[in-house]
Amino acid sequence: MSEKKERMTGARAIIESLYREGVEVIFGYPGGVLLPLYDELYDADIRHILVRHEQAAAHAAEGYARATGKVGVCLATSGPGATNLVTGIANAYMDSIPMVAFTGQVPRSLLGNDAFQEADITGITMPITKHNYLVQNANDLPRIIKEAFHIASTGRPGPVLIDLPKDVTTDEIDFYYPDKVDLRGYKPTFKGNLQQVKKAASAIAKSSRPLIYAGGGIISSGAHEELLKFAEIIQAPVTTTLTGISSFPSGHPLYLGMPGMHGTKYANYAIQESDLLIAVGARFDDRVTGKVQSFAPNAKIIHIDIDPAEISKNVTVDIPIVGDAKNVLASLIKHVKKTERKEWIDKIQEWRDAYPLHYIKEKNNLKPQFILEQINEVCDDAIIVTEVGQHQMWTAQYYKFKEPRTFISSGGLGTMGYGFPAAIGAKIGRPDKVVFNIAGDGSFQMNLQELATAMQDDIPVIVAIMNNGYLGMVRQWQELFFDKRYSFTCIKGSVDFVKLAEAYGALGIRVTKEDEVKPAIEKAIKSNKPAVIDFIVECEENVSPMVPAGAAINEILDLERKE
Amino acid sequence: MRHTLAVLVENKFGVLSRVAGLFSRRGYNIDSLAVGITENPNISRMTIVVRGDEHVLEQVIKQLNKLIDVIRVMDLGAEESVDRELALIKVNADKDNRAEIIQIVDIFRARIIDVAAHSLTIEVTGDEGKIEAIENLLKPFGIMEMARTGKIALKRGSKSP
Ligand SMILES: Cc1ncc(C[n+]2csc(CCOP(=O)(O)OP(=O)(O)O)c2C)c(N)n1
Ligand SMILES: [Mg+2]
Repeated sequence: MSEKKERMTGARAIIESLYREGVEVIFGYPGGVLLPLYDELYDADIRHILVRHEQAAAHAAEGYARATGKVGVCLATSGPGATNLVTGIANAYMDSIPMVAFTGQVPRSLLGNDAFQEADITGITMPITKHNYLVQNANDLPRIIKEAFHIASTGRPGPVLIDLPKDVTTDEIDFYYPDKVDLRGYKPTFKGNLQQVKKAASAIAKSSRPLIYAGGGIISSGAHEELLKFAEIIQAPVTTTLTGISSFPSGHPLYLGMPGMHGTKYANYAIQESDLLIAVGARFDDRVTGKVQSFAPNAKIIHIDIDPAEISKNVTVDIPIVGDAKNVLASLIKHVKKTERKEWIDKIQEWRDAYPLHYIKEKNNLKPQFILEQINEVCDDAIIVTEVGQHQMWTAQYYKFKEPRTFISSGGLGTMGYGFPAAIGAKIGRPDKVVFNIAGDGSFQMNLQELATAMQDDIPVIVAIMNNGYLGMVRQWQELFFDKRYSFTCIKGSVDFVKLAEAYGALGIRVTKEDEVKPAIEKAIKSNKPAVIDFIVECEENVSPMVPAGAAINEILDLERKE
Repeated sequence: MRHTLAVLVENKFGVLSRVAGLFSRRGYNIDSLAVGITENPNISRMTIVVRGDEHVLEQVIKQLNKLIDVIRVMDLGAEESVDRELALIKVNADKDNRAEIIQIVDIFRARIIDVAAHSLTIEVTGDEGKIEAIENLLKPFGIMEMARTGKIALKRGSKSP
């Protein structure tokens, strides 16, 4: 394709480049150095969502990316605008989510002068971006944008930042968008090595207790169908990490739920008993492995990952396969045979029957687990986003996810305040879906200003607050390990969330009893406007089961609260 | 264990801090780092000497390879390589001991590149052992200042990367 060169400003060139990358929405917030670019956005064919805090722009871009599989785009001005993006960029980096962040910068002549609203954002974000650019010549804009989208979305995905000095956006260039990128230092391995695939297949044939441990890589590579097929052929049970949730159908007889600290007992027992652990797109995070020396002590390990640096980083791997999860699983499927493993499957069923996830219902106390079951009953194909804390773990445990990209949660960084803006991004990407943000009363307060964004742009997400009056997850640790000394974790009664919602013009509903739960959820969905449901729940409910920090994952405790 | 890595990188601004940051954030210690352009002006070569066990080395190499601006990483410890370092040493010298110092310089096939009333500046090239040896011999005279380039290295033989 040979495009005619056209004369235009840097700002215009950015817009033209975004068109060519198929960008349909930008989450942003303007400022002085972005004026030329915002002037172009004024009548561009790209939707712009004006957030109320730049952190939310980054999280919303990430939520959009997770819900759609496309690259999320956010935009912030220089200095404080750029530094406000940092948490969101770090979050996307930790969970390997494709994102391109644009930041304004002071003009080139002022760089390094401590000019007004200058921040060295490329320096600041070096360790939390896959790559970043400070554009020094407007002619480089199309190439850099092309590269940024390519880097963000291929290999192990991640955020890329482009810093735009103001005068770069006003300089004129002859616009030409390259067809290809030419990056000799960046050639991710896509196809798995056939020898390694064969080795893995033969290990699988020899195994009597194989187990698949699948992570976020399944979702980012779109390998869910291959995963299902593979698991069914080799009859291996499947456990999915927090970021892998929704990559395998919850109701499936081979599904074990989440492993690790707040995983199911049967997933953890299965890992410890397994003789062959097949890790796919997962990274042996410490929340999964517990005491790493005691993790999967009887298992050989096959590790399939697109990032060679993950291989043998935390645990020593016997058969590494570097490549794209979808590609490698498809090729493995060709080399494995249908196998029956009745003994192993029966054993797992025994554990499943003996140690199901459970909680104790109480007459006058609303339980968050019950609410999640009710949300599931009312709407079993929603996109469920969460904040960070106990409510996040209960969501991972109790909602039955059926299709990929329907569970969106901050895994690696564990960012309170992530959920609400991410839910806004998800809803924009998937307007056909009902989107819930399962929130804690603490977390929601970290980005609740986005109610204004949701109202202004008419983005009907439902915030379901599990209001326990505590920074519950921290309180739980204080209860268990610090003698119930609840040091600065009580936030009871500090805000009326219903009035708050109403102040923004959103729907606010308070729920205190079991029989009000379903009608409230239904009302919120029906209203088709931003809604906040304030579920007043038991304050000292604990997430159970739990592997204490530093213990092996089969040393898992029941913590349900008794009346 | 010490390892010598040769890292070919894009000759772009910021590359040095990307590489240095990668080490410091993981608590890996760099013993020395030398950078310069190669036969291709778009490519720079970094020679990095790091300390660590095999696991650390493997992670360092993999993490370096993840940087977009890194084109190639070679572990020169594992292969036959030639390496050199250059040092400039300014040492106290007066008419009584000047001859003795010049003798040491000759033995090491070093050179005197500046002579002043009370000092000599010596240029010496060699492997680390040689540089440390001359440093030790000059110490008694009083070393006023010293600068070392850090090691640079190439693989032996006619193969190029
Ligand atoms: C930005 C941020 N600050 C602090 C923490 C530490 N932290 C983890 S969970 C949690 C409590 C969350 O409280 P809430 O949102 O009410 O959820 P709950 O655990 O009560 O369900 C805290 C403070 C964090 N994860 N993120
Ligand atoms: Mg709470």
